[in-house]
Amino acid sequence: MTFFADIIAATFRNATPLVYGTVGETYTERAGILNLGIEGTMYAGAFFGFATAYHTGDPWLGLLGAIVVGLLAGALMGLLTVTLGANQHVSGLGLTIVLIGLSEFANRLMFSGGSLARIDPMPLWDPLGGLGEPESLGGQLASIANQYGLTYIAFLVVVPAAWWVLMKTPLGLSIRAVGENPEAADVAGINVFRIRYIALMIGGAFMAVGGAFITLAMLGTFTLDIIAGRGWVVIALVIFGRWRIFRGVLGALIFAAVYSLGLRLRITAGFEDIPNEIMLALPYVIVILALALSGRNVPYPGAYLKPYRRS
Amino acid sequence: MAENRLGRAGIVAVGAIVTILAVTGGAFVIAGANPLDAYYAYFIAPLTREFTLLEVLNKATPILFTGAAVAIAFRAGYWNIGVEGQLLMGAVAAAGIGQVVEGWPPLLVLPVMIGAGALAGAAWALVPALLRVRLGIDEVVTTLLLNPVALLLVQALLHGPWKDPETGFPESPRIAEAAEFPPLADFIPLIGRSRLHLGFVIAIVLIIIAWYVLSRTGTGLRVRAVGLSPHGARFAGIRVERTLLRVALVSGAIAGVAGVSEVAGIQFRLTEGVSPGFGYTGIVVAMLGGLTMPGVLVAGLLLGDLSVGASSAVRSLQIPSQLGDVVQGTLLLVVIGAVAIYRWRTSREDERPPDEGEPPPDEPPGPPSETSPT
Repeated sequence: MTFFADIIAATFRNATPLVYGTVGETYTERAGILNLGIEGTMYAGAFFGFATAYHTGDPWLGLLGAIVVGLLAGALMGLLTVTLGANQHVSGLGLTIVLIGLSEFANRLMFSGGSLARIDPMPLWDPLGGLGEPESLGGQLASIANQYGLTYIAFLVVVPAAWWVLMKTPLGLSIRAVGENPEAADVAGINVFRIRYIALMIGGAFMAVGGAFITLAMLGTFTLDIIAGRGWVVIALVIFGRWRIFRGVLGALIFAAVYSLGLRLRITAGFEDIPNEIMLALPYVIVILALALSGRNVPYPGAYLKPYRRS
Repeated sequence: MAENRLGRAGIVAVGAIVTILAVTGGAFVIAGANPLDAYYAYFIAPLTREFTLLEVLNKATPILFTGAAVAIAFRAGYWNIGVEGQLLMGAVAAAGIGQVVEGWPPLLVLPVMIGAGALAGAAWALVPALLRVRLGIDEVVTTLLLNPVALLLVQALLHGPWKDPETGFPESPRIAEAAEFPPLADFIPLIGRSRLHLGFVIAIVLIIIAWYVLSRTGTGLRVRAVGLSPHGARFAGIRVERTLLRVALVSGAIAGVAGVSEVAGIQFRLTEGVSPGFGYTGIVVAMLGGLTMPGVLVAGLLLGDLSVGASSAVRSLQIPSQLGDVVQGTLLLVVIGAVAIYRWRTSREDERPPDEGEPPPDEPPGPPSETSPT
């Protein structure tokens, strides 16, 4: 009975892009900026990460390419919302439209026609390999632990480090200050503009890595509509997590668990008659329900959506 | 001061045009085309022949609907990003009714179908709107997340009960002839061979009505007041929640009619690809149009032009059609930036700090809203 082991393993795998995205979006929103460019940033990270890996033959260079794209996407969002003070909703949606358009255009130029371009995906890390027969407890633990390196990095390095930086370091304090009360932060000598740019660029890099995980590790290729709304799910997870990293990650795990359960039930006896689409829609409905139940009077960052200008 | 403003607007506009030309021109060069040829193919060529000109109007039809739907909602500060899903629900309603009205008189069928589509779109918009005004749940997230749910619902129908029994394709059976929007060529002898249909006329009429209501009536004034400053509107005695709820439903209803128009005027059946992102393009149209109805009309026609140009340039200049989306996105980002610069410079000149609305003591439920004009 490997049913639960399968679902737990798939949950961590499917949660990984959401975890990177949630960390990234939490940083930008804590600095006072709703970045709806996340869907496009993840998309561009997925594509340009893949394209770099394809041309260099090295998925880790692909990851670097995705990070660069994410930093640039964050900077562009900063130009619009921090420097120019444009409306954040519109700037973010515009950024998403541009980045998806650019990725699909570049995809067409680089990979048009012929067979599907593939790379050797990042290998799985199997620390408990050989712990027993697949059906035994040891074998099931081994299959749960058999994950991509980026998944381990997400949960064991990025999440704790991102929390520590945000809550325990001067940089994190500055990010929270400019998101809560930029006037006071300015008086205290914090460069509001610079900190917001930094938060947007850190956030953008994490979002892009989340997207790149899908092409570089999970699939080893790029397909259209590859992000499929994961960025929008992250926007919900950040609210569900009340702008706290660990709560947001918990939300990502819950979402991924429901999603993975739905996928697994499709090939489970007795559940074939439930339309596939219902299973796929379930996670979204659950997120909306979770927001309806817990999203009331949530403590939005004080300067959320508000551009800052020195007068 | 007025001359100065005009000068500023001129400088910003020139800067915006230069930026757009630089970015899109670079993209054309990368795609291996002469930028001048490409601009001609994208924007001018579609207007030079009757057939392609009518096709521009045809391509503009769905995004005129969705652009108007988005603009009305955004104008009130209600961030309805679920127009895509609301459109799909309208399409489902149209396909459902279209299958069962064989032999009915068209004069009865068409209003019923349009009404049902509007209801379906409004119904899909209702849940996020109620969550927003009753519980203060951010509508950005809920409207967005219902888009994939709507698409999955369409797919469930097409792979399940509505699968075409003859072909086995995931397409609903063809709708009855009485349910088809007549082509305009049937009424206007000047119009030659074209798919342009009744939906275009409905879109124009809707935009005129919306323009009148928004800019000439008390209702419109309240909508705009809520969008400019919910706090101020509340002080002025406007029932903000009720206004937001109504705006959300109207926006969803217009999106639903867009779905009816695509099913009844173009596809004649429900397909998975009934909307290639018309709801999202509607956001672009609304923003480029400055959230005004005349602006939506111009921007919708412009993007219709661009859409026809981009697809014909695939053949004539071997430019990938995806470049059309890049041009569209660049237009949007540059316009957003230019408007922000213009507002900022202008307000500085007036010695009026831009974003210092006095926060009133009673915070309304819901996510924080910008009190500055967008």
